[in-house]
Amino acid sequence: MAIFLDEHSRVVVQGMTGSEGSKHTRRMLAAGTQVVGGVNARKAGTSAGFDDVTLPVFGTVAEAMEQTGANVSVLFVPPAFTGDAVIEAVDAGIGLAVVITEGVPVHDTARFWAHAQGKSTRIIGPNCPGIISPGKSNAGIIPADITKPGSIGLVSKSGTLTYQLMHELKDFGFTTCVGIGGDPIVGTTHIDAITAFEADPETELIVMIGEIGGDAEERAAEYVREHVSKPVVGYVAGFTAPEGKTMGHAGAIVSGSSGTAEAKKLAMESVGIKVGKTPSETAALARAILTS
Amino acid sequence: MDLFEHEARDLFERYGVPVPRGFVAGTPESAREAAAKLGGTVVVKAQVKTGGRGKAGGIKLASSPDEAFAAAEAVLGMDIKGHTVHKVLVTEASEIAEEYYLSFLLDRANRTFIAMASATGGMEIEEMAHSITRMPASAFGAAAVFSPSIAAEVNAVASALWKVFVSEDATLVEVNPLALTKSGKIVALDGKVTLDDNASFRHSRTDSGAEGDPLEVRAAEKGLNYVKLDGTVGVIGNGAGLVMSTLDVVALAGAAPANFLDIGGGASAQVMADGLDVILSDPSVRSVFVNVFGGITACDAVANGIVQALGLLGDRADKPLVVRLDGNNAEAGHRILDEARHPLITVAHTMDDAAGRAAALAGAGKES
Repeated sequence: MAIFLDEHSRVVVQGMTGSEGSKHTRRMLAAGTQVVGGVNARKAGTSAGFDDVTLPVFGTVAEAMEQTGANVSVLFVPPAFTGDAVIEAVDAGIGLAVVITEGVPVHDTARFWAHAQGKSTRIIGPNCPGIISPGKSNAGIIPADITKPGSIGLVSKSGTLTYQLMHELKDFGFTTCVGIGGDPIVGTTHIDAITAFEADPETELIVMIGEIGGDAEERAAEYVREHVSKPVVGYVAGFTAPEGKTMGHAGAIVSGSSGTAEAKKLAMESVGIKVGKTPSETAALARAILTS
Repeated sequence: MDLFEHEARDLFERYGVPVPRGFVAGTPESAREAAAKLGGTVVVKAQVKTGGRGKAGGIKLASSPDEAFAAAEAVLGMDIKGHTVHKVLVTEASEIAEEYYLSFLLDRANRTFIAMASATGGMEIEEMAHSITRMPASAFGAAAVFSPSIAAEVNAVASALWKVFVSEDATLVEVNPLALTKSGKIVALDGKVTLDDNASFRHSRTDSGAEGDPLEVRAAEKGLNYVKLDGTVGVIGNGAGLVMSTLDVVALAGAAPANFLDIGGGASAQVMADGLDVILSDPSVRSVFVNVFGGITACDAVANGIVQALGLLGDRADKPLVVRLDGNNAEAGHRILDEARHPLITVAHTMDDAAGRAAALAGAGKES
């Protein structure tokens, strides 16, 4: 099995005709994803070609869902329009909205998050690489060919660290890898993904990757203590980050004494999560558990 | 982006938050003029984006224009926690009866905004953490924290502050202290505002980062995501998480990273050259660690980028580079670097090994 995304997922791409949207639509199709169309109000009724596949462009997410049975949307919409695009997807009742866009104002994210409460859409991102269930479906920009299907579930704030671990643990493979994104407010959290991995019978081990800023890792550790029976291996980036400086990701900032990598590592270790000092050591810890 | 206090003061004034009258001064002469215009006793305050100015001697009272001149002369040029004072804010002095705390900020955990208020204020937030009341921003009510005699007035201030927060796309607006003067007025005596850089496209903001590190300023002009640090190993990588991780691995190898630099996807020769140019201009850099995981980016393109970048830089490239490429087309990338036989380039195959080599080349680290 997989979490949030599987071989039955039918994907529409909001912003499919833009340069990033079309580049990654082609890659998603190559990874075996059932991409069924795109959404662009100004190009409704046209179509777009991707090698041997031609996909229809719809005016709205609702129309795309009605015509194609789509249940996942991947958003490559510019930051200024992302908030409205997510709200449109939520109002259409899509099951999963994967918001790739980097640079969304946090007031907009807070607005679409609040709007989505009590509705049926799971939001991943923004500022994330997306989600992949290797061999089944790929919604976003995660490279599909660096890993294979298997028994590890991975949740991470960082794109390239996700890729690094996917690659290092390729021989065990992954059920699903979820890139939750590096913004201060994100839709799906470490806890959401860990909850789903705990319930997924094929996931044998969970890898969680965190970085400085906020206290999502500390809260996830607390959750693991109370609710998770599967082994969890962790990694945290940013031990050398100075206080008050944003390290690339909008959410990656140590404020005063809060949000430090050290505090996150200690919180994770205190509940029995094995935390690697480097990505390779983290992979080795996972390997040791899976082969024991 | 953090604002200077005087910028926060101006913003508050524009939205109707009561603030003391005041002027910014960059010289002792203009501080004297400001004090003369304000009349009476004034406060001369160092403008730096860090706390603890009072303790560092960056805030002085002056009872005459000449005293304001002397105070500004003492404060301007001062170093406060590594920040040089280029400007002072001269404001009328308030006779304070009581000090409070009020802020609106992002609540990451609950994915919303909250208000924090306290009937004590004027000290570092850590020192009064126990006295702070948190409530949803949309449900702010001063009566929960403040005495009935001032609750209505604090509510009015809070409502103006909330307008600043929303209209300016802020992630923090903080008033500390919010003062009750002896004449019974509520005034925002000091303010801290952080604006969301992601929202800059819908505001006409002027970057106030005049106190920034010169290398950071130069990197920003080239559109690079660069943060200056104190060590000797320059770092370039792709992806914020991987670069943070690279800094940590350098530290584990016994050296200290000189910078954070995320060149993102693509890694074209030009971006690589721009990045190397900034890093090699840092006199404390002794070696450079280029760490790329090719996910979407192809490592052969990165390898070509590195070789071409060194060509573009010519004699300016004078420090050894340790390059670690992994992932998409890594073998082709290694082949390109091997064939180039560039005297400055060492190829390493793991992050940990690369960090050890870069540390050794910087004369630090466990191997030296």
